Amino acid sequence: MAGTTLTATDAVERRLRGGTTDWRSWLLEGALLLSLLIALGILLVLLADIVATAAPVFLERPSDFMTSPLSARPEGAGIVQGLVGSLLITLIVSLVALPIGIGAAIYLEEYARDTAINRFIRTNIRNLAGVPAIVYGLLGLAVFVTVLGMGRILLAGGLTLAVLVLPIVVITTSEALAAVPGSIREAAFGVGATRWETIRSHVIPYAAPGIFTGTILSLARAFGETAPLLLVGAIAGTFSSSGGPIEQVTSRYTTLPTIIFHWAGYPQDEFRALGAAAIAVLLAVILVVNGAAIFLRNRYDRKW
Amino acid sequence: MTATTASPPPASAPLDLRIAPARRRREATVRLLFLAAAAFSIVISGGIIFTLIGNALAFVVQVDPAALWTDGWFPRRGMYDIKTIVAGTLIISAIAMVVAAPLGIGAAIYLSEYAGARTRKVLKPIIEILAAIPSVVLGFFALAFISPTLVQTLFPGTPLFNMLAAGIAVGILITPLVASIAEDAMHAVPAYLREAAYGLGARRRTTSIRVVVPAAVSGIMAALILGVSRAIGETMIVAMAAGATGGSLFNLNPLDQGQTMTAAMTALAIGSDQVRGAALTFESLYFVGLLLFLFTFALNLLSDSFVRRVRRRY
Repeated sequence: MAGTTLTATDAVERRLRGGTTDWRSWLLEGALLLSLLIALGILLVLLADIVATAAPVFLERPSDFMTSPLSARPEGAGIVQGLVGSLLITLIVSLVALPIGIGAAIYLEEYARDTAINRFIRTNIRNLAGVPAIVYGLLGLAVFVTVLGMGRILLAGGLTLAVLVLPIVVITTSEALAAVPGSIREAAFGVGATRWETIRSHVIPYAAPGIFTGTILSLARAFGETAPLLLVGAIAGTFSSSGGPIEQVTSRYTTLPTIIFHWAGYPQDEFRALGAAAIAVLLAVILVVNGAAIFLRNRYDRKW
Repeated sequence: MTATTASPPPASAPLDLRIAPARRRREATVRLLFLAAAAFSIVISGGIIFTLIGNALAFVVQVDPAALWTDGWFPRRGMYDIKTIVAGTLIISAIAMVVAAPLGIGAAIYLSEYAGARTRKVLKPIIEILAAIPSVVLGFFALAFISPTLVQTLFPGTPLFNMLAAGIAVGILITPLVASIAEDAMHAVPAYLREAAYGLGARRRTTSIRVVVPAAVSGIMAALILGVSRAIGETMIVAMAAGATGGSLFNLNPLDQGQTMTAAMTALAIGSDQVRGAALTFESLYFVGLLLFLFTFALNLLSDSFVRRVRRRY
C-alpha cells in the first residue's frame, strides 16, 4: 500500500479499510508463521545439537564405532549389537505383522459387510492404535516372556513389537485399499473374476504404493521403539553375542534405541558423545527411509 | 450352441455359469484366512485386557490399601501412592500441551489458510517426517540440551532432571502430530465457506479465525485430545529426563524431579534384571499399566467422538 503511486484498487481498499494499516492481520499472520517456524526450528536445533555432539566420534573412529560391541570403556564401545538386534527385530516384525495386518485390512475393506461384529473389529483396531507403547510391553512380558516361557530373548521382543505395529499396518493398508474406486472392482467382476481374483489382479496393484508407504512407516516405528523392549528384556550391559541368526534370535539382545537410552544415563561425557553418534545413525535410517516412503507416496498418489 | 437351427437350445443343457469347485474352494479358503487375520485383533485386545486386569487384581487383593495413599511412590519399600504418579503424569502432560497446542494449531492454521499451495506441499510431508522421530531421541535432547541450556539458565539452581524439561520435550514430540491432524481438519473445510466469508468482505484473518477454525473445531479438539493421550502414554522422555527413577515423594513443583505412570513402569522394569524382585513389584507394574490404559482409552474414545462429529457434518 505504501509508495507514491496509488492504484485505484489500493485506493478503494484503503477507503474500505478505513485508511489504516491492518496491523492486527499482520500480527496474526506473523504469530502463525512464527509458530510454524518454531515448530520446525526446534527440530533443526535438535539435529544440529546431535550432529555437533556426535561429530568427534565419527571423526575419530568412523567405522570402528559401527563394528565394535558394547563396552564399559567409552573409547572402545560400539553399536554393532544394537544394529544387529534392531534389524533382526524389524525382520521379525515384517514377517509377522505385515501378512496379518494386510490380510486383516483386505478382509475389512473388501469382504466385510456392515455388520455389528465388523464394526466392532474396526473400532477395536482404532483403539489398539491408541494404546500406549509401554502397555504392549506389559502384554509381551506376560504372554511371550512368562506364559509362553520364551524368557527375555530377541524373539519375544520382535513379537511384542509386531503386535504393537499391527493396528498401524491395518489402518494404513485400509486407507490405501479404500482409495481404489469401486469401478475398478466392477470392471473385474464384469468379466467374471471372483472376489479374490479381483483383489489380487485389480485392487492390490492400484493400492500398492499406499500399502508400501504404510508398511515402511510402521517398520520405521518398530525400528525406533524403545519403551516396550525395556519390559521384555532388551539390555545394554556388556554382553557377548555370537553365533548364527537362529542363536541370536533365541538369546539375550539389545537394540539401537535401548543403547541410546542407557548411554544417556551414564555420567561420563564420552558416553554422551557416543549416545549422540548412535542417535545420528538411528535418525539417518528412520528419516531417510520415511522421507523416501512419503516422497514416493506423494509422487504416485493417484487422484481418481 | 449352433445358430443354424431356429429352435431354442434344449432346456436340458443350459449354459453352466457356476464357478468350478476348485475355484470356489480357493475363494472360501482365502476369505477364511483374511477373516482370521482380522479376528486376531480381538485376540490382542482380549490379551491386553486379560493380562492387565488379572495381574492388577492380584495386586489390589494383596496390597495394604493404606499403601495406595501415602507420601510417595516407592514400590520397593511397599509404598504405592497413586496420587504421586498421577500428579506427575498430569503435570508433564499439561506442560507438553502448553508447548504443543499453540505451536501445533498455529502451524496448522498457517499451513492451511496462509501458505501457498507449493509451500504446503513441501512443509506438510516434512511435518509428517518429523512426527516419526523416536521419543528416545527427544529424551536425549531434553537431557543434553533443554534442561542445561534452557531450563537451568531460566531457573538457576534447578536439578538436571526435572519435570519442566521433560514436559517441554514431550510437547516438541507431539507438536507435529497435533499440527498434522489439525491441518487435515481445516483443510477439509469446504472452500465455499471461505468464499462466502470473502464475499461478505471478510479479511483472511476474519475468515480463518471466525469461519474456518469454528467449522473445523471438532477436528482441532480431536487433535488436542489425541495429543494429551500421547503425552500421558509417552515413556522414554520421562524415564530419561524427569529423574526419580528410584521413586518419588508426592510433588507438584515442575522444577523438581517427578514420577509419571509410564516412568514408574520402566523404573520397575529396569531397576532389577528380574521384574519379580520385591513382593508385589511385578503386580504393581500391571496395576499402573491398567491405570494408564484406562486414562488413554477414555481420551481416545473422546477424540473419536469428535472425529465422528466432523464426518457427520460434511
